This record gives sequence, C-alpha cells and structure tokens, in this order.
Amino acid sequence: MATTETKGIIGQPLLRKEDPELLTGRGRYTEDISLPGMVWVHVVRSPYAHARIRGVDTSKAAAMPGCIAAWSGADLASDWAGPLVCAWPVTDDIKMSTHWPVAQDKARHVGDAVAVVVAESRALAKDAAEMVAVDYEPLPAVTDVKEALKDGAPLVHDDWGTNLSCVWSCENNSPAPRRAASAPYFEDPGLVKVKGEYFLGRLIANAIEPRAGVADVNPAQGEFTLYSTTQIPHVLRTTMVLTCGIPEAKLRIVAPEVGGGFGSKLDSYAEEAILLAVAKRLGRPVKWVNERSDDYVSTVQGREMYQEIELAATRDGVLKAVRAKVLANMGAYYQLVSPGIPMLGAWLYAGAYDPEAYDFEYWNVFTHTTPTDAYRGAGRPEATYAIERTMDTLARELGMDPLELRRKNFISKDNFPNYTIVSGLTVDSGDYDATLDACLEMLDYDAVRAEQRRRRDEGSTKVTGVGFSTYIEMCGLAPSRVLAALKYVAGGWDSATVEMMPTGTVRCLIGVSPHGQGHVTTFSQMVADHLGVEYEDVEVLHGDTQVVPLGMDTYGSRSLAVGGIAAWHACEKIIAKARTVVAHQLECAEEDLDFAGGTFTVKGTDRTMGIKEVAFAAWSAHNIPDGMEPGLAGTHLYDPPNFSWPGGAHACVVEVDTETGAIDVQRYVAADDVGVVINPLVVDGQVHGGIAQGMAEALWEEGVFDEDGNLLTGNMMSYLVPSAAEVPSFDVARVEVPSPTNPLGVKGVGETGTIASPAAVLNAVVDALSHLGVKDVRRPAHPERVMTAIWEAQR
Amino acid sequence: MIPASFDYAVAESVEHAIQLLGSSGDAKLIAGGHSLLPLMKLRLATPSLLVDVGRVSGLAGVTDAGDRLAVGALTRHHAVQHDPLLREHCPILADTAGKVGDPQVRHRGTIGGSVAHGDPASDLPTVLLALDADMVVQGPGGSRTVPARDFFTGFLETALAPDEVLTEIRVPKTSDAWCYLKFQRRAQDWAMVGVAALVARSNGGVGSARIAFTNMGATPVRASAAEAAMAGASGDGIRAAAERAPEGTDPPSDTNASADFRRHLAQVLTRRAVEQALAR
Repeated sequence: MATTETKGIIGQPLLRKEDPELLTGRGRYTEDISLPGMVWVHVVRSPYAHARIRGVDTSKAAAMPGCIAAWSGADLASDWAGPLVCAWPVTDDIKMSTHWPVAQDKARHVGDAVAVVVAESRALAKDAAEMVAVDYEPLPAVTDVKEALKDGAPLVHDDWGTNLSCVWSCENNSPAPRRAASAPYFEDPGLVKVKGEYFLGRLIANAIEPRAGVADVNPAQGEFTLYSTTQIPHVLRTTMVLTCGIPEAKLRIVAPEVGGGFGSKLDSYAEEAILLAVAKRLGRPVKWVNERSDDYVSTVQGREMYQEIELAATRDGVLKAVRAKVLANMGAYYQLVSPGIPMLGAWLYAGAYDPEAYDFEYWNVFTHTTPTDAYRGAGRPEATYAIERTMDTLARELGMDPLELRRKNFISKDNFPNYTIVSGLTVDSGDYDATLDACLEMLDYDAVRAEQRRRRDEGSTKVTGVGFSTYIEMCGLAPSRVLAALKYVAGGWDSATVEMMPTGTVRCLIGVSPHGQGHVTTFSQMVADHLGVEYEDVEVLHGDTQVVPLGMDTYGSRSLAVGGIAAWHACEKIIAKARTVVAHQLECAEEDLDFAGGTFTVKGTDRTMGIKEVAFAAWSAHNIPDGMEPGLAGTHLYDPPNFSWPGGAHACVVEVDTETGAIDVQRYVAADDVGVVINPLVVDGQVHGGIAQGMAEALWEEGVFDEDGNLLTGNMMSYLVPSAAEVPSFDVARVEVPSPTNPLGVKGVGETGTIASPAAVLNAVVDALSHLGVKDVRRPAHPERVMTAIWEAQR
Repeated sequence: MIPASFDYAVAESVEHAIQLLGSSGDAKLIAGGHSLLPLMKLRLATPSLLVDVGRVSGLAGVTDAGDRLAVGALTRHHAVQHDPLLREHCPILADTAGKVGDPQVRHRGTIGGSVAHGDPASDLPTVLLALDADMVVQGPGGSRTVPARDFFTGFLETALAPDEVLTEIRVPKTSDAWCYLKFQRRAQDWAMVGVAALVARSNGGVGSARIAFTNMGATPVRASAAEAAMAGASGDGIRAAAERAPEGTDPPSDTNASADFRRHLAQVLTRRAVEQALAR
C-alpha cells in the first residue's frame, strides 16, 4: 500500500472543502428540508413592547383555509416542563426572568411570541396568523437602561420590583483576585486621570440565513428530531429536554448547513421549543422559517451598554490604574448566556497593558426590548473599545504619541509564559511590540502623519486621521473549572473521535459545530498532517447529536483551541495503538518504531508498515495482539487548562469630510497573533469578516428603539449592514507566538476582527478631527454625529 | 417576505392595462417591481390585482422629439444610463440613472415605475423636476400631459388616477451645466439628501439655476429661494445663495439624520452641486 508524504500540510492555504457545494447553491440548509406530511408553523408576535394579554381569540384563525390549529400561550402552558433555559446565573443574588416559549400573561418586547398557528403551507399559516385576535392592554415601556433604573420606571418583571437584575464585580465575584484595588490611585493628586464615557449601540447579527427549524416525531417511539439553524446542537439538546420534557436519549438535534451565526444562533429559542411541542401534539413533522423582519425582533441582539472607564497614569505616561463600570441592557428576558456576556470582558478593561490596580463592575438591567446575548466577540470588543479609546484620550492629555504611550505600557513579552495580569487571569503568551511592529511595517505611519499635516495646513475640508487598537483577548472558552467559578452551568471541554476506516480513509467526528468557519477544511488538514494521510481522505462529520454524541459546539473562538486539541489527542491515541499493532506484526519493540508521514519504520531497517495497512489489520483483527480491541479509533474529551490569548495591533486610516461628516475608510491594516495557523486562507477570511463586522459597528450598524419600544431599524434599509463598496481592501499580517497551553500552539481567530476594529476606526475619526478640538464621536459615527461633534467643539 | 394573496394579469397593450386597472378597486401596475414588491412583501401594500405591463411593446426606449426627448415609461435605468441621445442632450438624467440602487435594480427597475411610485427619496423624480419634464399619462378618456411640478402630489402619491398609465416622460434637450449629488451612507442606499442642479452659465458664474432636492419633503421639491438667489451669482455669492437651500423644504427625521441635519446637508450639497456643474 502506498504512503504519501503529506507532512507540512499545516500552514498551507488549501482551498476550503466546503466551498464548491456552498457556492453552487447545493448546500443543504434547514429551509431545504421537507418531510412527508409536514405542516407549517407561524408565530404570532406582539406589536407592543409591553402589554397585558387579556385574551387570545384563535377561532377565526382556526377557521381559515388550510389552518390546522391555533393556540395561545395559555393553551400551550401545560406543554412545558420548564421555561426556556438561561445557563449563566452570574451572581448568587441574581434576579432571573421566567421566559415561557409563548407569553402567557404579558408581552415584554415587540416580537415576543404570543400565539402559534399551524397550517398546510407557509403562506396559509401566515394568512391565518393575521386572524388571531389578541386582546392587549398596552402598558408603558422602558427601553433605555438608565431610564429603567429610575424610581417608578415601568417594570419588565413585576415580581422583582426592580429592573436591576444583578451587579457583578471583580472585587466581589471574580474567582481570580485582581492585583490591587484602584481607588487610592484615583485619589492620588500626583497622577493624571482621564475618563471615557461611551454608549455602545444595539447590534443585530443579520446572519445571511434567518433562523428556521423542522421538528420530526416518531409518535410510537416518542422520538424527536429537531433540525435547527443552531450553533449549538449539543447544548440545545440538553436545554430543549429541560423545556420540553423529552427524554434526552430520544431527542436528536441536527444542525445542517448553517448560514452564519455570530452568536445569534448560540441560544435556546422559543421557536425551537414550540416546534417540538407542536410536533408532539400533532404527531407529524412541522416546519418554521423566520421572516427577516421577524428575525430582527425575535433573534437575540448584541452589545448595548453604557461604559465609564477611568485611567490613572504618571505624567510620563506609565499607566497605574484602571477602573470601569458598565450598565448593560439585557432586553426583556435572559436568554441562554445573556447575564455573562459583559463578564467575558471583565478581565480585559486594562487591555494589553500592565497597570498596578484594577476594578471592574457591571450591572445587568432588564428593558422592554429584544433580549441581548452573545454577539461576535461578546464582552471583549466592549472592553477593548473602552480601553483603546481612552488610551488615545490619555495620550492627548499627556501630549504623547498614542503609539509611544502604548509601547510604554505593554505587558512585556519577558513575563511569558503564563503571566498573571492585573485583573487576575493568567495570560499564556503574547508579544505586543512584535505585532505593533508588523502593523507599522505595512502602514507607513510617518507618511500618514505627513498627509494629515498637509491637508490641515491647506485648510482642506477632507481631513485625514489614523487610529490604532492594540488588543489582547481571551478566547477558547473555556476551562471547565473556571466556568464553574464563574457560575456557568456547563463545562468547557470538547470531544473528537478520529477513526481509521478499513479502506484507509479517516472519519473525524467533532463536537464543535461549524456555521461557516471552515471546520471541515481545518480539521482535515490537522488530521491529515498528524496521521500522514491524504487531505482528501479525511472526512469531517459534525452538527448531529446522533452522529457526534458529545460536544459543546462553536462559539467564543473555541473550535480549534478546544475541539482541535481533542482531535489532536484522538490522533495520538490512534498512533499509539497502531504502534502496538505494527510492533506485533513486525516483531519488534514499540520503541524501535519511528512514525513519520503516515509510515512506521523499524529504526535502522527498511522494514515499514503504512498507517492504512495498520487500519486494515486492526479492522480485520486477524493478527493483532492478544486482548487488543479490534479497530483503529480514538476518542478524546479535552478540557483546556487555560483560555487562549490572541493579541495584535490594528490601524485604520480615514478621510473625514468636515462639511458633511462623511467618513471614507481608506486603509485598514491588521497584524494579529492568533498562534499557529493551520490554514491561512481560513484565518484571513475570519480576520477580514471580523474587521468588516467591527467596522460596521463603528460606522453604520445600530439598532434603535423608539420610546414605545418599536425597533426603528427593523430591516436592512434602516439597519445599515455595509457591503463591499463601503470597506477598503484589508492588509493583514500575522506574528505567530505559539500558545504554550496546547500541543498545536493554536489560539483562536473567530473574533479578533470585531474585538480590535471598532476602537481603531473611532480613534482614526477622532484623530482626524482632533485639530478642531473634537475628543469623542459617538459610535456608530454617522455623518450627523460627526458634524455635531465638530460644532460642539467649536462652540 | 410573503405577500398577501393577489390576482395577476398580463396586459397586452396600454388600453388593456387601463381596462384591467378599471376592473378592480385596488389594482396596481407592475413593471420592474422593484418599488412595489418590497412593500407587498412587508404587507404594507396589499393590492388585490397586479397588472403586469412589462410585456407591453413600444413603451421602452428613447426617441428624438425635436426640442425634447421622449423616454418610454418601461425604459430600464440601465438603458437610460447608457442611452446615446440622453447622454448627448440630457446627460444629467443618464448620469443619475446610474446612481439608482445597484446593478440588479438598474437592470430591472424602470423610469416609469420610479416616477409613478412617487417616493421622495428616489433620484429620478428630482432630476425630472429640475428639468421641468412632462409626464404623458393615458387613461380611459385618452392622453394628457402633466408637468413634473404638478405630478408629485404627496408621499407616494402622484397625479395619476387609479386607472391611468404613465406611458412616456418628455425631457428637454439642454446644454446647461449639470450635477446630481447623492448623499448616502452606503453605496446602495436611497439618498439621505440629493441635489440636482442645472446651471446656465454666465461670465463664468451662474446665469440662472434650476435646483431640486431628493428626500427634503413629502415630494421632490424645487429649491425656489436658492434658485432665485443663485441667479447671477459667482464665487462667494454661490455659497451665500446655497444657504437659502432649505427654504420651503420640509425634510423628514429618521435614524439616518434629523430634519435639521438634512437642511445643513442641503446647503452644502447645493453649493457643491452648482460649483461642480460650473467646473464640469
């Protein structure tokens, strides 16, 4: 049997295995699934942000052509084993929301599900849904966090008597003690203090595929299959069991091709429970596809928070203390991990810097708006924005160049590996000067500054600005013990099974669940490299709890740094077993065998056995050691000992029109350390997409509610997702500082772009206008905000 | 995403379309569909009958009518953009057609559809208003001509009767300097504010100017005060005249901009449009 030299495939820009199918429209998404006897569900949603439901009359809907059933929340109340699951009660005294899949007493945000209609077709279901008569008593709503905290504000959850759900602080709640309290530094008259106050708007993820689901039922067996547009089939199986009362062994979750998530499909949704309940009631398959407009109000949104951050530094620019406070808008209910999202930034408000003291706290507040939850970066973009914007403010205050100030305060690479930063967590590796050097190599900083001066001297109405963001992030969520200390209910391990098939191909089952990232390519490359088989011979299976029983799914840039390491260990188990088989067949000691490029060689001889031959031998089991189990497969559950810690330096150059406030992004340069890179094309794609998404948050995208809780930006005409025309071509480079935490040296890359870029863009905008006295522009920096900042600075 | 149910009929001729329109209380014409279908999918429009005029012959194309050009209502934006007659004699219309939507929209959408829809955020009605174009309208009793000034009557409202069909748009041949500026946040967006300027030169400055705005009110509007002030202006005089741009407008406030900011943009863009026209 031939063996092929494939060592070295790691790091190669192989084309994605996924792409031909996806790009030619042959991908099988949830909406493509159609089952015999299937009927359609339409969810009736509240048009009010806050209303008492006095009654629901479904009789006219039920009488519509093709309508099979129409039920209110009260009708379905007995179907639930429990409310929808929130898995992250972040403090002991947290006030949790009770969230039924279909509202029973009150609607608490526009889009809250209030009734369910089932009909023979999607269109008939929608027509019938228009005939459901809900008797609402509209009540006053509150959408803004600061308003929601005032005495007498309308209450989202009456029983609590307040909209404040919890206060979490590093001082009281962090399992990793911060180095020192910050208060004394802010009372020290010898230190320079600056403060940043920012409002981060609401974000809507806009995955290209809206949410959808198909539930199938085998009534005789009591078995259910839920096909869903989910990032988290495994977690969802557990949460749906808790909500719907189906035995865990009888619920299968399948995530077919999933068209993007960005955190918005990292959840346990009302509609998923509704589909299972309706399938159970009717004993037939049911399907639901969210319309885009409904997706805007019923899919979790991201970010919205008020931030206050203060820095204390010496006159010569040594950062001594950081303290920050956040008021976070949770929306109307806690979804799966909402309460912990701000916490994912809790240790990063000092960024890549090394002050002596640190404090951070966040307040979670309910409002009558669509719930918020994870959005690409979750907590870390918020922290990075606060510190990176305010470092520029400090630089201006001190009259220092922003890069000089940053370099002066970077955590020194000499501290690594495993340096405990001011906030208390231990960073395994990084080299922040090196990534900044790589960034500047692409940028030509001096030329940009010269152009800036030239335009200012000419009095041009088109001014230039440059901004930086030198970031650090924690990803690869997460060590299970740390999660326990943070009161997250589940663990942070993941699983992989690698199996050599009799014909010598490899089947790799992964517990992480891709939705666009290219796992099939990346895992194929890793496994092919490790076992010395052909890239084409590795098949990667995922996203089906019946095929891959164990997993924790994909979010938080964890797939490679956790799931990938599980696959690495599984490969090691295969090689170890294969070695025993080969030693047995070639009658040598195991220690006398070298393994390289898929071939075992007896040291100093030309006697070899390829791994494919071993696979056949282990499968036929004709000649394996006594007592050995047949087959050549390895399963590994990997629990990471630490987060992974990417970092880097991003720079943005903008041109701002000082008469209209229009911003043109002219250059964007990113140098990232994401550890060892398996496939640079895949990594570039993640970086590019992340930068564009972060740039969108800086310049265009913002979900806006009116005072009554109506989403004013309810579609893509008013919620401005940028296109290729709005963003420049990106220049990216990488500095590989291998993670010492895992054997591959990998970190994570899914979120770096959104974490770094908003601050770089806004710093560039403010830099462009700094000669006019502008110190801040609220994001997204749309033209009117830019002009308002100019006018206010000149008043 | 899913419109309410409706009937669909294909019109064989303009007369047939008029007859079909009269057969139903709330029929709507459809040509390219790029304005109407989104409203129907959001169920903001729920016509019981769609009359498809897309296959009526003789309604597409540009012809020379002496001192005017006749643009068939079914002429798609892409064709308007590239039509040689328009590019020679009415370049502002051709140029602006290239700024509508995106390439997909420009290959489906028609000038007649854009005009008949009456959206004040659309570009072409503004240009037609500045050009003093005429709309040729056919109804059960025959044809009539409606000047652009009288055609746009309110937000998504026009002088068209429910059983009338816009068949042709007549634009003057012009040698005026021209410019259409569209201020938008994304390349494919409607204008936050748009300005059309047609300038008759005089001694390197403005002799007279015709100026109209997109999205500065419920309809496309002429900037009458700025037009008057612009007459005979040059240099700083153009800047001063442009300050009067918002007079008589009633711009909307939305998540893109307040009404006040739109007024500010109208001033800046009016000055720039006139200056750029003169510099062309």
